[in-house]
Amino acid sequence: MEKTINIKVKVWRQAGPKAKGHFETFELNNISTDSSFLEMIDVLNEKLISERREPIAFDHDCREGICGMCSLYINGHPHGPDDEITTCQLHMRKFKDGETITIEPWRSAAFPVIKDLMVDRRAFDKIIQAGGFISVNTGGVPDANAIPIPKKNADLAMDAASCIGCGACVAACKNGSAMLFVSAKVSQLALLPQGQVEAARRAKAMVAKMDELGFGNCTNTGACAAECPKGVKLSNIARLNREYLCAKLKD
Amino acid sequence: MWLKDSSIGRKLIMSISGIALILFLLFHGTMNVVAIISPDGYNMICEFLGANWYALVGTIGLAVLVIVHILYAFYLTLLNYRARGFERYAVTKKQAAVEWSSKNMLVLGIIVLLGIGLHLYNFWYKMQWVELRHMMGADVDVSKATDGIGYISELFANPVYSLIYLVWLCALWFHLTHGFWSALHTIGWNNDIWMKRLRVISYILATLIVLMFAAVVIFYYGSSLACGIAA
Ligand code: HEM
Ligand code: SF4
Ligand code: FES
Repeated sequence: MEKTINIKVKVWRQAGPKAKGHFETFELNNISTDSSFLEMIDVLNEKLISERREPIAFDHDCREGICGMCSLYINGHPHGPDDEITTCQLHMRKFKDGETITIEPWRSAAFPVIKDLMVDRRAFDKIIQAGGFISVNTGGVPDANAIPIPKKNADLAMDAASCIGCGACVAACKNGSAMLFVSAKVSQLALLPQGQVEAARRAKAMVAKMDELGFGNCTNTGACAAECPKGVKLSNIARLNREYLCAKLKD
Repeated sequence: MWLKDSSIGRKLIMSISGIALILFLLFHGTMNVVAIISPDGYNMICEFLGANWYALVGTIGLAVLVIVHILYAFYLTLLNYRARGFERYAVTKKQAAVEWSSKNMLVLGIIVLLGIGLHLYNFWYKMQWVELRHMMGADVDVSKATDGIGYISELFANPVYSLIYLVWLCALWFHLTHGFWSALHTIGWNNDIWMKRLRVISYILATLIVLMFAAVVIFYYGSSLACGIAA
């Protein structure tokens, strides 16, 4: 049998980037515990629209944990209270009947609010544009198996590559640092021979861009890795430090 | 200059100065233990490390390290506060994997700094400083300037001072439990396997350092009580 709960949601409303924001509280009854968190907001928005009120703006796209668009800070945790899942994979069964759920946008100087719960994460795209790629010389395609890669490095690179660029690490960090994201993007390439050619240039360019965009200085608190929906590990940050310092010392 | 303008450069300065300070603490702590084992031996060290050129070079080097570490600490904390943005979260929850000390390094550092101030006044000002002024021709009494044990037993006979010193050491303990592994992580010496080991080593190192200092405080406070009863 379907179980339902009655909840209150306290949501951050902000008309635009420059406007002053405030919290607004809504009551929602008979929410199925089988529904996802975003479906609950859909229900709320339907209700608001039917009452001719402004629906809540929030980001989402794939709704299956791969695009990294959903970005809600729920009850003090980016992507909500569950571990290693995105907001779109969160279910209402994680909440209790009668509970007040507080929903806030990512808060970081480098991610300004666009509207309500939507933030501008183009800063991440700019960091990727600064060096998060391999310059491809389009000659004949070599056989993938012709380049031997140790299993350990392949696994580590794969783990780093699971980063979906959601920004939860920045949202969780008391220093507003983007080191977990940048370290994942640097690691996934630095660990593989194809990426090593440009490794030093890449580390320097991406860190310089990250600093320029106003992200903070990492003090290794580890809140990022604890909240990352993809379980990207803190050791990537040590690898980024290593790559960056070696690149600088070589200059 | 990338050591000032890049985040990882700034962190490197924090890390290197922090590790150098830890090495100094190990050296200082080892000498302190001598104060328990052999008071005469301790006073010999005090004479040896009076106002000679090597002790002075060491003191100046140390002062530079402390100042650099503190300036960068405030600078980093300010930049990080700004990077967080003007609006703060209404609800924040602690993550189980995050150490309390890692989020309070500045507060802990400020307590350590106040302790250093008091400590310099209690000992350095009465010892090396007196010798220095004497060397510069001032008319001061140097008869007690190398009597480290005298000052130690006088100060720690006072329960208030003993308590203040112990609180100071507690703050240092928290600072180092995060500081040590964090410093190595900053240099890049860490991976998934060493992460756990380094955290354990940090706890052992912090405890060792703090115990070396605390032992002297407790020993001399204890012996002042014992002497009080005997007298
Ligand atoms: C005996 C004295 C001290 C020792 C041995 C020491 C040691 C350390 C170490 C090893 C770190 C880690 C560096 C890193 O994460 O890369 C650190 C960080 C820090 N220290 Fe100290 N410290 C001392 C005194 C102070 C004082 C007096 C202050 C401030 C007034 C201070 C403020 C900080 C702050 C804010 C951090 C965190 C910065 C960061 O991780 O980027 N420390 N300290
Ligand atoms: S490292 Fe994790 S938290 Fe940060 S952007 Fe990537 S997936 Fe999101
Ligand atoms: S909507 Fe794509 S990851 Fe959540």
